[in-house]
Amino acid sequence: MSALVQTYTVDASDFSGAGEASGNVKKTLKTLGFAPDVIRRVSIAMYEAEINMVIHANGGTITVTISPEEICAVFDDVGPGIPDVDQAMQEGWSTATEEVRGLGFGAGMGLPNIKKYADVLDIKTTVGVGTTLTLKFFTR
Amino acid sequence: MTVHEIAKMTELETVQMEEDRQADRVFCCDMLSIAMARAPEDSVWVTVMGNKNVIAVASLTDVACVVIAEGYDFDQDAVDAAKGKVTLLKSSLPVFETASLIHQKL
Repeated sequence: MSALVQTYTVDASDFSGAGEASGNVKKTLKTLGFAPDVIRRVSIAMYEAEINMVIHANGGTITVTISPEEICAVFDDVGPGIPDVDQAMQEGWSTATEEVRGLGFGAGMGLPNIKKYADVLDIKTTVGVGTTLTLKFFTR
Repeated sequence: MTVHEIAKMTELETVQMEEDRQADRVFCCDMLSIAMARAPEDSVWVTVMGNKNVIAVASLTDVACVVIAEGYDFDQDAVDAAKGKVTLLKSSLPVFETASLIHQKL
């Protein structure tokens, strides 16, 4: 099987639309017969990254590459960037607004959760320019 | 125990019923960020949150069903989003009592 590539656009502040990309990828992985634990890890980590894009980054694009050995999801945004990545990686640290918290988000679990579920998490960020998050999941 | 058997409990009202499946534990949480990280698959998720994002989290974590407690309602767009995906139930009891009753039946 050659690699399957999917691209998605995430709209800024569209909370109700968040989860569309991760939901579609979950469906695709199920159809392709990936193991349930791989599907769960990819779905959860991708949703967290998608929500982060909505909350913090004014939206962006997601490129997912699916091959039998590996699933790679790249999240590109032109948002404000992350000033202190180490701090952002700490569980409980969040800069989300009260409005976002009212929706049930902003508990500071996003990046730690992504790290927990992805086999590889790479963050390239520049303040004022944007952030690229690369997530890799190995299937074996 | 199955979700359909849980739905028959007198304390619960069915909002949206999907295909039956097994449920093996109860999970209570209102922060979606935490539910995303910790909700066990095949669990009955009891919450007071009823927005559309609950459905996305329930679907992605693969919980068995969602029970909204305290007499709260799911938003209509949440119910619409749950169609074909997630069973939604409702309870007029507080979260702890709802969860406790379900836990006793499992």
